[in-house]
Amino acid sequence: MAAAKPKLAVWKFASCDGCQLTLLDCEDELLSLTHHIHIANFLEASREVVPGPYDLSLVEGSITTNHDAERIQKIRQSSRFLVTIGACATSGGIQALKNYADTDEFIRYVYASPGYIKTLSTSTPISSHVTVDYELRGCPISKTQLLEVINAFLTKRRPAIPDQSVCMDCKAKGTVCVMVSKGTACLGPITHSGCGALCPSYDRGCFGCYGPQGSANTTGLSARLKSVGLTDDQLVRVFRTFNAAAPAFHDAGLAHERQNETN
Amino acid sequence: MKNPEASIPATHPSPYFVRFDIEGLKRLIETLKQEGYEVLGPTVRDGAIVIEPIESVSQLPCGVGDEQSGGRYRLTQRSDRSRFGYAVGPTSWKRFLFPPNRLLWRATQHERGFSVETPPVDSQRRAFVGVRGCDLAAIRIQDRVFCGGANPDPDYVSRRKQTFIVAVECGSPVQTCFCTSMGTGPAIGDGFDIRLTEIPDGENPYYLGLAGSEYGAQLLSQIDAIQVNESEFAERNAILASAAAQITRHLDPDHARAVILENPEHSRWDEVASRCLTCGNCTQVCPTCFCSTVDDVTDLTTGVAERSRRWDSCFTMEHSHVHGGAVRRSPRSRYRQWLSHKLGSWWEQFGTAGCSGCGRCIVWCPVGIDLTEEVAYLATKRDAPPEDAP
Ligand code: SF4
Ligand code: SF4
Ligand code: SF4
Repeated sequence: MAAAKPKLAVWKFASCDGCQLTLLDCEDELLSLTHHIHIANFLEASREVVPGPYDLSLVEGSITTNHDAERIQKIRQSSRFLVTIGACATSGGIQALKNYADTDEFIRYVYASPGYIKTLSTSTPISSHVTVDYELRGCPISKTQLLEVINAFLTKRRPAIPDQSVCMDCKAKGTVCVMVSKGTACLGPITHSGCGALCPSYDRGCFGCYGPQGSANTTGLSARLKSVGLTDDQLVRVFRTFNAAAPAFHDAGLAHERQNETN
Repeated sequence: MKNPEASIPATHPSPYFVRFDIEGLKRLIETLKQEGYEVLGPTVRDGAIVIEPIESVSQLPCGVGDEQSGGRYRLTQRSDRSRFGYAVGPTSWKRFLFPPNRLLWRATQHERGFSVETPPVDSQRRAFVGVRGCDLAAIRIQDRVFCGGANPDPDYVSRRKQTFIVAVECGSPVQTCFCTSMGTGPAIGDGFDIRLTEIPDGENPYYLGLAGSEYGAQLLSQIDAIQVNESEFAERNAILASAAAQITRHLDPDHARAVILENPEHSRWDEVASRCLTCGNCTQVCPTCFCSTVDDVTDLTTGVAERSRRWDSCFTMEHSHVHGGAVRRSPRSRYRQWLSHKLGSWWEQFGTAGCSGCGRCIVWCPVGIDLTEEVAYLATKRDAPPEDAP
């Protein structure tokens, strides 16, 4: 390779680090990947920081402070491609539960000296602040899909990551549908695939870690979940987990909250 | 159009029509294994009867029945020890003829240029034990798709040639079956190597085995069996007549075809779209749905690029993605595409309907959307076509 290797940077915002760990977990592949890409800024792996601009920025985490809202602008300016990784970065993460509660009250409960805490009242995805070139879903992301995104970037092609339901993976694997055969509540039909239908293969319903699929009919699924016994109150909690603020789940959560209040 | 071969033959049909008990069935499976076949058959797993490789007759469900309705499947206990006392489950045989994932080719980079290898077509002999009438019809439908035309699929053709079919007639249909409408069951006329009819008979079920090919006759002749007599044949006919009488779901394929093609703008499409989750389950369980897509994957670290094929569905947005975006963006257009292909334009393309009447799409749809109900609605409550229909 005559041309200089593209520079990779990994950035962290409000998150648990699980998605970055997925990158570290690539171990063998990561070493060989360094023949093709220069890991220029990845604090979780190395203290050495090569200044930008960067060819590919992987961004983990959501925006929960003013400082971060400014920081993401600078990162965008110094990144040719910006890819967000994980539920926090793509939809606001589990911390977006604060969007539906009183942040000050949360702070009072959690911190001994709340006065030191400066935080926004919302947790928002990176795409609410800057242009994002590709969103990789999951809580946490899948290692195979992450490598696929990096490989696709290096060869200038579209990542082979289908936008389809978790059910498609259940059927390809031959997993017996837990909803049809046992009446177990499952978010799979409206959830983006990527996990390989993990929970249904262990006899659990899907929790929606990968967020809504492209045409998620939450109303249609809710009607079915009510028929297996879920109440509006429970449905609020079904939709408000790792991807609570993803638009389709956000709307569904609010709708059930309203219905619950009028019940 | 009914399949005339599937009606119950009035006379005693063949010299290779023999009666044997569970020991005979055991022997048949053993013989198939000795002949180098991977034997695939029904077995209970995770609360359902699925089709998987089986080693012996003991893995077949014993005394297990089923209840099926829209979006619901449950196993039940039967009062006898039948091994085939249930209807079709979530697995269809297409899984073994048109597998969900298949590598098409692999390119490897060298110092100068690259080389491409194509994996060999599959040549494993497989015996399908327990193919029902609807599924036999579905295999015929897929044969037209994959073996006909100018570009047959070499892997499908090879797998199909290596397949030995042990068909089993249906004595216990469920509420979602409509093979009688499609002329595909519960009796089976041809298209098998061996056809079995199970006579439950309490603790000791027995089997009437009819050869449908020379090889089938050869294998049957190795079983300790006696010729079927008139009363056993009458028993079989009675079981099939009673099974047919239990089937209440109905769809007239000729009528369905006309109704669907005449109503592209019916408001029912919007109504069904409000319930449809666009999850694709219906297409994945359907034994005739054949859509696939290809993924190209590169792996820079080893200098290898691969193209593989996987099952796709007209319910995914990406399925109709062309330059600039997806053609069928609305769930309405996707459900309509599915139903109007299956029951309408399939005729123009392949000369039959694309449906065998197995009912899987009704059962395994998480919200129980029922194509027969949709067609019935379109037929009785026709909408006036809107003036500005696109
Ligand atoms: S178990 Fe859940 S994800 Fe799997 S097919 Fe059923 S509804 Fe879909
Ligand atoms: S359309 Fe439904 S009933 Fe017809 S063959 Fe497919 S799964 Fe069976
Ligand atoms: S008809 Fe049922 S199974 Fe098919 S895509 Fe719609 S909800 Fe899923």
